[in-house]
Amino acid sequence: MEKLHGWISFPDLLIWLPLISGLVTFMLRKDKQVKAWSLFASLLTLAVSVLSLVYANDKILNYVSWKWLSTLGASYSLGLDGVGHILSFLTAVSFPLIFAATYKSEYKHSQAFYGLMLLTQAGLMGVFCAMDALVFYFFWELALIPVYFLCSRWGGEKRIQATFKFFIYTFAGSLLMLLGIIVVYLHTNNLMDAGGNIIAPHSFSINAFYDVAARLEPTKQYWLFGLFFIAFAIKMPIFPFHTWQPDTYEQAPAATTMVLSGVMVKMGLFAVIRWLLPMFPAAVDHFGYIVIGLSVIGMIYASLLAMQQDDLKRLVAYSSIAHIGLMCAALFANKQIGTQGVMIQMFSHGINIIGLWIVIDQIEKQTGVRKISQLGGIARKAPALTIMLVVIALANIALPLTNAFVGEFMMFTGLFKYNVWVTAIAGLSIILAAVYTLRMIQHVFYGEVNTLTATMKDIPNSVKWVLGILLVMIFVIGVYPQPLFDLTKDTVASLLTRFK
Amino acid sequence: MNAIILTAIWGVVMMLAGAFIQNKRIPKYLAISGILLILVANCWELYTGQTLFSVDLKDMIHLNSFNLAFISIALICTLMYFLLSGRDFEKVGTHVAEYFALIFFILCGVSLVATFNTLLILFLGIEIMSIPLYILTGSDKRNLKSNEAALKYFLMGSFSTGIMLMGIVLIYGGNSSASFYLNQIHLGVGKMPVMIAAGLVLLMISMSFKVSAAPFHFWTPDVYDGAPTVFTAYMASVVKVAGFFAFMRLFENAFGTIQPQWQNLVVIITAATLVIGNFTAVFQQSVKRMLAYSSIAQAGFMMLAIFAMNLAAKEGLVLYAAAYSLASIGIFAILIKMKDYTISGFNGLAKEQPVLAFAATVFLLSLTGIPLTAGFQAKFYMLLAAINTHHFVWLVILAVGCAAISAYYYFRVIQAIYFKESTDAEPHVWDVTPAFKFLLLLLVAVIIILGVKPELIIDWLHYFPLP
Repeated sequence: MEKLHGWISFPDLLIWLPLISGLVTFMLRKDKQVKAWSLFASLLTLAVSVLSLVYANDKILNYVSWKWLSTLGASYSLGLDGVGHILSFLTAVSFPLIFAATYKSEYKHSQAFYGLMLLTQAGLMGVFCAMDALVFYFFWELALIPVYFLCSRWGGEKRIQATFKFFIYTFAGSLLMLLGIIVVYLHTNNLMDAGGNIIAPHSFSINAFYDVAARLEPTKQYWLFGLFFIAFAIKMPIFPFHTWQPDTYEQAPAATTMVLSGVMVKMGLFAVIRWLLPMFPAAVDHFGYIVIGLSVIGMIYASLLAMQQDDLKRLVAYSSIAHIGLMCAALFANKQIGTQGVMIQMFSHGINIIGLWIVIDQIEKQTGVRKISQLGGIARKAPALTIMLVVIALANIALPLTNAFVGEFMMFTGLFKYNVWVTAIAGLSIILAAVYTLRMIQHVFYGEVNTLTATMKDIPNSVKWVLGILLVMIFVIGVYPQPLFDLTKDTVASLLTRFK
Repeated sequence: MNAIILTAIWGVVMMLAGAFIQNKRIPKYLAISGILLILVANCWELYTGQTLFSVDLKDMIHLNSFNLAFISIALICTLMYFLLSGRDFEKVGTHVAEYFALIFFILCGVSLVATFNTLLILFLGIEIMSIPLYILTGSDKRNLKSNEAALKYFLMGSFSTGIMLMGIVLIYGGNSSASFYLNQIHLGVGKMPVMIAAGLVLLMISMSFKVSAAPFHFWTPDVYDGAPTVFTAYMASVVKVAGFFAFMRLFENAFGTIQPQWQNLVVIITAATLVIGNFTAVFQQSVKRMLAYSSIAQAGFMMLAIFAMNLAAKEGLVLYAAAYSLASIGIFAILIKMKDYTISGFNGLAKEQPVLAFAATVFLLSLTGIPLTAGFQAKFYMLLAAINTHHFVWLVILAVGCAAISAYYYFRVIQAIYFKESTDAEPHVWDVTPAFKFLLLLLVAVIIILGVKPELIIDWLHYFPLP
């Protein structure tokens, strides 16, 4: 990346807007002010994100680099490429929707809650924009800390233990990644020109990392791959590192669960695309089949578990593990169409799962339970909610015309090119997904009305609007995904050239 | 040079003040103004290279910007410590001025061990640093635990001093040039002479004792726990990092050329310290004792600098000294204000004292090594230095694993502060003034600024290469 100095740039704004507005939120006193302010701030971020998409090809506006820790060779470098654009847009669009959907929720110390939420957004934006390994690590951790406080303070009954598990898991993973970063960094001064002169001092910049890591001897690459992969696998999560996830989703407050599953798990996938694949092509070739094997095992395993769940939140949590497993498998299959499919699917999955959480949150708020066995007949009481949910749920199992179909189709095509048998087994998860999703719809929304659901009313207008917007996005991407193709084309192409 | 002489002088001034001034508050202000004066003098020396006192040192003391910057850090930490905890000296006993005087003498020792160039000055520095500490440990005269701790500390401390002296003597005797100067020790070609080797091992043992590295750490939990908390804070911060600075300077300047021969020994000590410190800290119920074990754990991380002994390690150790001291002083200052030292004593602190809760959280995050805090940069430098040696990769992985474990016990306190409700209605905290809160927030700001711009310290280390 060439060194460019724009005074103001989109990545800067995307990080600093939520960060500063988050800090301001802590100072506010009144509940209403807090909510209105954070919704406003997140809409502002969304506007910036839309602008960055409009000017997506402008390098000056989308890349920035400042001096920071220059004695070490680090720099505060940010940039938005195709996949960065998609995920930063997902982050930007999901926060206002989440705030709007949970507008009626009451929190003790709401200023702290919303402040931490906005700080999380800043951390996520930083991860998606970082073009320097040290900056990336900083934001990777910074996204974690507010979430830790959000879940532990406003979560369910067993929140402290569940969140602690989540925190220790991810922290241990990140430290291993830090080791990996340092090892690669220490090799970065080995860049020689034709005459054998060292041309670059130590550096954390992404290009130096790409150049150096890919040239390391294979055994070293394997080790480093392991260090990075564990961190990312915990975050995604990939079987067998997934055990923190259902507990955390179950215990976290609804708004935080939406962020966690809608955006935060994408950090792991994104990091694989941004760092792991380009840095260690030899190791990816070498270990690819193991990762794909784990992903496929995880898909089937999680789908089977999802069928057994009685708790709606746990059901969605397991279905999310299955979906992420497919994305991870498609990434490591390393085919152009599959990789592009993953990028699109990351966005679609974020939209769909946030929609599902909103519906579950509404049900829980009105009836006080999340158990499938205790619910029933909601369709008669809340028709609008039911229609929205059915569409979102069908999108979640990738029905044609919905957004997830595009991504899943491409991912399966990629997997098919890799290996037919893997595809066949992975394909089973589609059937299983249909089974548990339809079972859930049947038991919760149809059937007899019982005492718990008898008093249900339909959803408030604000939630209707939010779900409506989600529905529009589902169909628009399902019918016309071309803009997403255009956006990711170059990134995928440059990614795959590293494997030749 | 300024710092060494002025601290000794000011120590005497404080003692006289204790004899003539009856007011309890004045010694504190006198001490703070003294430390400011010394800090200014030291920074001036760092900046211009000139000293107020021209003494023929015979090269027994080595002054360069690296050492002077370290003394500045020690002085700044002491200043913060006086400001935050100075008032709590009164709770220990009536001899407030004398306590301050003893701390000035400790600072004199710190300045000596930061600058020594011969084994004799090292010995003097270590002793000047230790003896006031024995007294401070036992200063709570009517408390049995304090007495026990002081006796234990004194016995163990003098034992290790004996070992150090034996080491120095062996090196002097085994040295054909018959010299105490660090750079004149003849290490021989190939294998070390037996007497030098024996002396080296004895020196390593006694230094490990001073910095409470395993397996010479057994005194630490009892002494830290028994000593009055306000003095534990100083013991666990400035004194400890000064010990490390001396450790590093000794082994770099005297034995740096034959590092491969003693590196294995350091590796064993480091690994043992990391494992023992972190695993035992997990099981503590008292925050004070947990911090004692965590200081062993942090010592394990600082030992990585002695293991690596390269430029990043030297810079990193100073950064670590600053980050660790500031965070420890802060967390101990809050601990002193607590009525109950157990972890459950922190329950519900966030509701009662939001500022204290926030500050304590930042200090604990810094000790854990979370980005944006100084503690992260410090740990980062340590790992960088250790990996750069390209040996003992397992040691680095062990260190990282231990850092993850450390998150467990530090976060237990954070959980108590924010997520648990207190059961009784009584306040948990002694009187807290607005000034105290302001100072805590200032300390938080310093920790975060260092976390974002560690150059603020690193650059000074190479500011003025004095001869």
